Amino acid sequence: MNTGSSLLRSVVGSGGARGTAASISRREAWLRRLPLLPAFVYVVLVTQIPFALTVYYSFFSWNLLKEGSFRFSGLDNYARLLTDEGIRTAVLNTVVLTFSVIAISVVLGMAVATLLNSEVLGKGLMRTLMIAPFLIMPTAGALIWKDTLLNPLFGLLPNLLTPFGLGRVDWVNRFPMATVVAVEVWRWTPFMMLIILAGLQSQNPEVLEAARVDGATPFQAFRRITLPLVRPFVELGALLGSLFVVQTFDSIYMLTYGGPGQDTTNIPFLLYFVAFQGFNIGQASAIGVVAVIMTTIVATLGLRTLFSIFQVEARR
Amino acid sequence: MTNGDIRSPNRGRATPRHVIAGVLGLLIAVVGTACAGANSGGATTTLTVASVQNDAMTDLKKLVPDFQSAHPNIKVNIVTLPEDQVRQQVTQDVAAKSGRYDLFTIGTYEVPLWAKKGWIENLAPYIAKDSAYDSSDLIPGIKSALSYKNDLYAVPFYGESSMLMYRKDMLAAKNITMPDHPTWDQVAAAAKAVNSSTVSGICLRGLPGWGEQLAPLDTVVNTYGGRWFDMNWNAQLNTPAWKDAVTFYVNLLKTAGEPAAGNAGFTECLNAYNAGKVAMWYDATVAASFFTGDAAKNSGYAYAPTKVKDWSGWLWAWSLGMPSSSSKKDAAWTFMSWATSKEYMKLVGTKLGWARVAPGTRTSTYAIPEYKAASAGFAQVTLDSIAHADVNHPTVDPVPYIGVQYVDIDEFQQLGDQVSQEFAKVIAGSQTVDQALQKAQALAAAVGKIYQK
Repeated sequence: MNTGSSLLRSVVGSGGARGTAASISRREAWLRRLPLLPAFVYVVLVTQIPFALTVYYSFFSWNLLKEGSFRFSGLDNYARLLTDEGIRTAVLNTVVLTFSVIAISVVLGMAVATLLNSEVLGKGLMRTLMIAPFLIMPTAGALIWKDTLLNPLFGLLPNLLTPFGLGRVDWVNRFPMATVVAVEVWRWTPFMMLIILAGLQSQNPEVLEAARVDGATPFQAFRRITLPLVRPFVELGALLGSLFVVQTFDSIYMLTYGGPGQDTTNIPFLLYFVAFQGFNIGQASAIGVVAVIMTTIVATLGLRTLFSIFQVEARR
Repeated sequence: MTNGDIRSPNRGRATPRHVIAGVLGLLIAVVGTACAGANSGGATTTLTVASVQNDAMTDLKKLVPDFQSAHPNIKVNIVTLPEDQVRQQVTQDVAAKSGRYDLFTIGTYEVPLWAKKGWIENLAPYIAKDSAYDSSDLIPGIKSALSYKNDLYAVPFYGESSMLMYRKDMLAAKNITMPDHPTWDQVAAAAKAVNSSTVSGICLRGLPGWGEQLAPLDTVVNTYGGRWFDMNWNAQLNTPAWKDAVTFYVNLLKTAGEPAAGNAGFTECLNAYNAGKVAMWYDATVAASFFTGDAAKNSGYAYAPTKVKDWSGWLWAWSLGMPSSSSKKDAAWTFMSWATSKEYMKLVGTKLGWARVAPGTRTSTYAIPEYKAASAGFAQVTLDSIAHADVNHPTVDPVPYIGVQYVDIDEFQQLGDQVSQEFAKVIAGSQTVDQALQKAQALAAAVGKIYQK
């Protein structure tokens, strides 16, 4: 822990310089930071001011379509978050979507990473192909899934499944959440694979060799040696992934438009819907604020894991 | 090709005129308020038009040079966007009075709402001054839909109602003749009779959205005697009329409708009909002008099917309106009156072909022999349906709102989409009509409360 945190400090910056800081005057320290100022101002301008405005609007009852509707309403918008059934459904959908996408893509990513870490023919080509889904724009990817693969009339999958009597199944409408999860898993598996693969490649093959000599089965070696090693990488992948999956919008908009009913409406889609179909800026702002708080909690956990990996790296 | 995503770096700032003149020639972009700089000089006025993306508007874009050669001091930039986008962009622009657009295409849904708020300009004074603009020639149904307190607030560029289109050859093979004014029961019987493993009986929109699935479904509800609200704004979606209408629509889709109904909107149905995969189709009157091959040769057209109420066709018009905050109203009127004039219809006809003339706006269009020849089968049905569609009396029982296939209140975009999603779930087989209507009733009741105060 000690070595880790001192290393961390030197990575993060200013704090680590304290040791020799006595010799550097305050003025000089500020001069050193000066070149960072434009970036700092930019970040404040494009992130903090809009956020502050969003928080401000969230305390107002403001519908863009209603003249004179702009008036202070205290915590009404937040109270509605707790009572409105539609919003509860969206929160639940977000949790279900995020959890299942991350769980499935971690398992698949682990499997593919293990495969690519071993000596197989055409490894380079395979790796490139595996990464491809992550590089396709979400909107384009969702459209390909919806129209080329899953369309019940001319899609590839229904055609392949015709011999099994599943030729005319309308997957997107019949199993909306499963479809969105499948598309997102397809997108996020490469991400998980890349991170876990990085972990696997840091493993010393001699350790596994020694385990084999000691009579461990491949499964035992994986379970007792490989898995503990890549665990922080899995955690990191899962947490970073969930940050993005929580915000899934493109594929839901393209695939299901939040439906049928409310079956695939998650928080970002609900926000879009309230803001741009209902033009209810106050309510949408409150949803946005809650979404930011939720994401921040996940992000904090994610960053902690990131640092714990540095510590592990530092110990070796 | 549109250059909509190229944005001028000077957007939002007034720039010297000579720069504007040079840059604008190259960029057909969203230049927004930068144009104000050009206007103040008084030489050239630049109009930025937000337009919905459809064939009629694409043709307008092609003919803009004709307008500019007659009016060298007015420059017109048309920004085309898909329907949902244009609605969002224009709503935000006009609500925030940001003045990004000098003209926009809006539908019959927006016009009375925005006129009431004072967001769009009353066009009556302009029409009164402009003797060449014959407003009495506009088709009555459209004219009243675009008016607020008897004054026009937008001028129609394109108008439509709904009708039943059917393949005469396919129905004849089963010895069915479709009357001019069919009932829904007759249509359902015919659909079931012609339905086979290769050809579906009828195509009806199932794609959720208030402008998609809900439009035809609403006309069914209206003719079945249903309504969204009673005169005291009590939601009426739990009434037997709604249940019967929705059950009928869903059952017809299930027994004789197109496969994958949940994905089928206007475009999907058009493709299916043109490919000969459906024998009938109930949709917008404009659809007939897109028919090709056998569909164009063998189609018959009937008025919107009915149950209790006659003339159940919907009414929609894309029209041009200008924000009341605009500083270029005279130039805007010059352009919008040109684009909706009798002369423009003739210009489209002679330059691009008579089948391309935007339907449903002027009675005089239907008297042009060339246009009559190009739209032989459906011209009369279109004209009559639009003329008989009454946005003020769309239902059997009186209603406090206007609109045939929509309710003309601010909340309807959201309400309509949500209700439509519940019906989509019924079509997908994930819930019953009763469950959907129960949720829909709760949603509508919450909206109705706003108007009961």
